[in-house]
Amino acid sequence: MRVVLAEDLFLLRDGLVRLLEAYDFEILAAVESGPELTEALAELKPDVAVVDVRLPPSHTDEGLQCALAARRARPGLPVLVLSQHVEQLYARELLADGNGGVGYLLKDRVFDADQFIDAVRRVAGGGTAMDPQVISQLLSRRSQDRPMGKLTPREREVMELVAQGRSNAAIAERLVVTERAVAKHTSNIFGKLDLPVSDDDNRRVLAVLAYLDRG
Amino acid sequence: MGAMRVRTALAAAVQGLALALLALIGSVTLFVLTVVSIVLIPIGVGVFTTPAVLGLVRAHAGRRRLLAARWAALRIPAAYRPFPVDPRGGITGRVERCSLLLKDPAVRRDVQWLLVDMTAGAVVAVLAPGLILHGVFGLLVAAGLWIPLADAENGPYWYAFVPVEGWGTGTLAGLLGLALIAVALWANTALVRTHFALVGAVLRPGREGELEERIGRLTETRHDALDTSAAELRRIERDLHDGAQARLVAMGMNLGAIEALVEKDPARAKELIAKARESSAEALTELRDLVRGIHPPVLAERGLGDAVRALALRLPVRTEVDVELAGRTGAPVESAAYFAVSEALTNAVKHAGAERIWVDITHAEGSLRIAVTDDGRGGATVGGSSASDSASGDGSASDSGSGSGTGLSGIERRLGTFDGVLAVSSPAGGPTMVTMEIPCELF
Repeated sequence: MRVVLAEDLFLLRDGLVRLLEAYDFEILAAVESGPELTEALAELKPDVAVVDVRLPPSHTDEGLQCALAARRARPGLPVLVLSQHVEQLYARELLADGNGGVGYLLKDRVFDADQFIDAVRRVAGGGTAMDPQVISQLLSRRSQDRPMGKLTPREREVMELVAQGRSNAAIAERLVVTERAVAKHTSNIFGKLDLPVSDDDNRRVLAVLAYLDRG
Repeated sequence: MGAMRVRTALAAAVQGLALALLALIGSVTLFVLTVVSIVLIPIGVGVFTTPAVLGLVRAHAGRRRLLAARWAALRIPAAYRPFPVDPRGGITGRVERCSLLLKDPAVRRDVQWLLVDMTAGAVVAVLAPGLILHGVFGLLVAAGLWIPLADAENGPYWYAFVPVEGWGTGTLAGLLGLALIAVALWANTALVRTHFALVGAVLRPGREGELEERIGRLTETRHDALDTSAAELRRIERDLHDGAQARLVAMGMNLGAIEALVEKDPARAKELIAKARESSAEALTELRDLVRGIHPPVLAERGLGDAVRALALRLPVRTEVDVELAGRTGAPVESAAYFAVSEALTNAVKHAGAERIWVDITHAEGSLRIAVTDDGRGGATVGGSSASDSASGDGSASDSGSGSGTGLSGIERRLGTFDGVLAVSSPAGGPTMVTMEIPCELF
């Protein structure tokens, strides 16, 4: 799998390159600024881009802006955005086009290499990887809503993992239950929240996220 | 147009009459009392009466300032010196208070103004109703009132400079009366304005007073700014010391232990590695929170509007954020405004029990204007703790009691550094509206 990486701090860039290479990713380019990233994304056509939100020269949210622009030019271009802090505002902007293939994670998540690599692969495959912090903020905001109140604690747990972008198999493994049990929980959740049922994993995640972000 | 002019002239006449009465009764009485009181100072009695009389004078002058603003849209600032925070008791305190008052240039201006007000001020004011009344009287003279007024013994009746002794000269007096009324229509508002201009000329603090006031304000806000930033630095130091720093030390120790154990007891070493990783994650979380408290990343990346939007998204209460800014303000203003909004939102959620909050941010007339409105129970004040807090009175004052009051006055101090102001409207039962205004430019 071919990756373009943008991170301005040398230590982190170096660490990410080594980590990704260890898991057999091919690093097409590891750049350190916004303009370089834009150029690399346009010319190298990677399978996935791993991008730090804050990049030079402006040191504002340049990385995010470049990623959003690249996705407008090439809809569905898989982008995993990394940041020292997560904001629902940014998550909303990434998800807004409804095309999937986006990830938004805290840099700390790199510590758990397996989980991080799993997230990169998911995003590259057109799936979603939302940081648990974003999801728990969304959930706590919606927790007083009546439809949400009808969910059992277990269903909430499943919903949280669905919203993070995990597949039924991954959720089953995480909660130590069968995949069939997870499927039952998810269909219950969709019924209670009155969401359109879909077999496509990705549609399912986006529906849940849109529900959580509403209002 | 004509009716309008008549109405304003009549209104000005009434105002002039009121001002003349205030000047002739109020100012004369107060001036006499002041002089007597000051004369009595050497024998002791004056020490007690002077502050009281000067207090009345100040109220009298204050009323005239108010009328100037209301009737002539003329703002006359007051610049009295503040009293020391802890006045001494007993006779010495009284003497000190008295001498402080008499040394205050603003108080001296008050007394000078009494003298001007009871003379020139009264004359100018009385002209407004006088012109109309005398004009009307002239018409009455022409209509036949001259007959009882002028008789053979006393000779003609002198209406102004017209000797009235028959219908002919009576008509002349009537024409003069009309002329006086015409002058009144034209000049009455100007007369009232002149009166207030006179008030302003005497009462307005000189450039020196203005500067003195400004210096006082600057000194105060500078102290506040330094106190605030020193307290912030202390808090950051403590947080780093107890948080991230301690965790890094723990991590270093764990790594040392791992080095020693890695061959002897790989299982135990693995356990410690997990622990070290945990410590690093916790250190990061703490640093992240700390950074958010110093300068939120979204504020640096996107500016005030999106930073407040991001903040609103974290609240458990539905919050509408409306931002109309054509650019970004300077970083210090941005930061102060952000934390002010943050504090106001925290108050609304924690203390007011709001279900909805509205935040409006605009820039107009050289000022950043922010309004935070909630539908909560109200009762918030800038100075003390809020009414709702004291009403709950559950003994846990340490948390809720200190919250809203000190929070709002904290905002006020913080905005003061930028010459910004804070106003709170929060009747018991709500709604609460916190408005802030900070003079600044957009870039």
